Amino acid sequence: MVDDILVRAMLYAQLDAIDRRPPDEPDEAVDPLDDNRLPGGVALTLRALTKSFGANPVLHGIDLHVPAGQFLTIIGKSGCGKSTLLRILAGLDAPTAGEVLFDGRASQRSPHVSRLMFQEPRLLPWARVLGNVEVGLGARRNAPGADRRALAKLAEVGLERRAHDWPAVLSGGQKQRVALARALASKPNFLALDEPLGALDALTRIEMQALLESVWREEGFTAVLVTHDVTEAVMLGDRVVLIEDGIVKLEVDVPIARPRRRGSPQVAALEERILDHLFADGARLPITRFKAA
Amino acid sequence: MSDSQITLGRTSRFAAPVVPPRRILPALRRFLASDAASWIIPVLLLLVWQGVARAGLLPANVVAAPSDVFDAAWRLTLSGELLDNVGISAKRAGIGFAIGGSLAFAFGLLNGVSKVGEKLTDATFQMVRNIPNLAMVPLVILWFGIEDSARVFLVALGVFFPIYINTFHGIRTVDVQLVEMGRSYGMSNGELFRRVILPGALPSIFVGLRYALGVMWLTLIVAETIAANSGIGYMAMTAREFMQLDVVLLSILLYALLGKLADSIARLLERTTLSWHPAFQAHAKEP
Repeated sequence: MVDDILVRAMLYAQLDAIDRRPPDEPDEAVDPLDDNRLPGGVALTLRALTKSFGANPVLHGIDLHVPAGQFLTIIGKSGCGKSTLLRILAGLDAPTAGEVLFDGRASQRSPHVSRLMFQEPRLLPWARVLGNVEVGLGARRNAPGADRRALAKLAEVGLERRAHDWPAVLSGGQKQRVALARALASKPNFLALDEPLGALDALTRIEMQALLESVWREEGFTAVLVTHDVTEAVMLGDRVVLIEDGIVKLEVDVPIARPRRRGSPQVAALEERILDHLFADGARLPITRFKAA
Repeated sequence: MSDSQITLGRTSRFAAPVVPPRRILPALRRFLASDAASWIIPVLLLLVWQGVARAGLLPANVVAAPSDVFDAAWRLTLSGELLDNVGISAKRAGIGFAIGGSLAFAFGLLNGVSKVGEKLTDATFQMVRNIPNLAMVPLVILWFGIEDSARVFLVALGVFFPIYINTFHGIRTVDVQLVEMGRSYGMSNGELFRRVILPGALPSIFVGLRYALGVMWLTLIVAETIAANSGIGYMAMTAREFMQLDVVLLSILLYALLGKLADSIARLLERTTLSWHPAFQAHAKEP
């Protein structure tokens, strides 16, 4: 499948050399980069979403509604289909059956901007930090003022001083911050996050969670975060969805006021509840269950 | 002399020169790290060669002294012969490289991005590649005689494969994740190629380029010594007939210098276009 993507991309690249159309014209209709526009969120509706790879079903009919501006976290064991679900939401893969609606409209007919933050930073090593953020500007990345816009985004993640460095000299956390600035550059209405903090050390991760929360509160986009870290899911999510074997096993609202405090009794209680569902077979605590009195 | 005196003598002997090496060593280390260091061995070899030849340890009909070679260079420069021959060889190398290299680059790109192109042409290229290009010399002489086109053809054929294979390979091994990222950020196909695929393939393309430059000189030398009436190789062959050992050695040295020059240009290009690559960031530091 991965090879397919590459081959397809390259075929297109070859065709494009013959047929030089002005790129991305339809995007000009909506101005996603109007500097004063607050992006706001888009509502997502998933209807009977199914995905199989060959004879191998991964998602079996997922129904889910994410109101505009909500921060939804999806949690599940590895291989449960959560990343596949996110790739479909971000438009990278097509579902086998079912549909995803954005504000009630099919993806192609909706004017929303959606961005995906990958598990890896996926920065272009041959572009400076600023150039990498410019990639996120979409159709406007080649327009004048692109560097100013990119720099402003870089400042939002606190890296404006590294604008002219190569990505290779940044730390893992800094790279992910650049990736976040890139994702935010085109003011997305929907941001899909595929375990973007999974590879970071524990302290950097806490920092990044706070940054993520603050930009989300500021810009108001709809966020769907896939994670395997229950604490992260509870700390960030308005709602936590647990996926197991390709179906929604549990949906919990997180009615805890923000900013949330790590280790507070409410957070801990919710974590406990989710973990109980995740390990219903008792595999979590091998011998005796321990509970603080 | 008592034991204590000896110990004292030793310590003082070791203690005294401690200061100067502290200043000399960093300077030496700096020199060894600089570009000039790569000339130490060639210059040393030259000096040894001159010394041995002057001492009469080498029979004059085996190896001429470097000074004789320089004399020959000066003589031929004054007569204009040297510049003519170097110019002709460089022209052949340049034209052959330009033709073979650009065709190889074009096919490498095409087959890199297109499965159809690969299916149509790659198998043929791989078959032709396995014929040593110098095995074509008799055929090429039959085709082109000993005209310049014969040499140009051989050079073009020789440089084609290293550039083709490395361009093709470079494009095929571009990080799929970056291609996917580019797509998901709405890059048009042309932009994806310019921003992601081509820069990603560049390190590999440069490997092909440098390898091809080596093949270019090798092919030209053989082609010029076998069938030519001008050029450095021709100069060497005529000199051999007249037992002009100094001119033969001069020709060989010229090839070495021209080869080194071509490689230096390629390295400079590499260093400027691949400055993002960690391998070329000598002064970059971790934060």
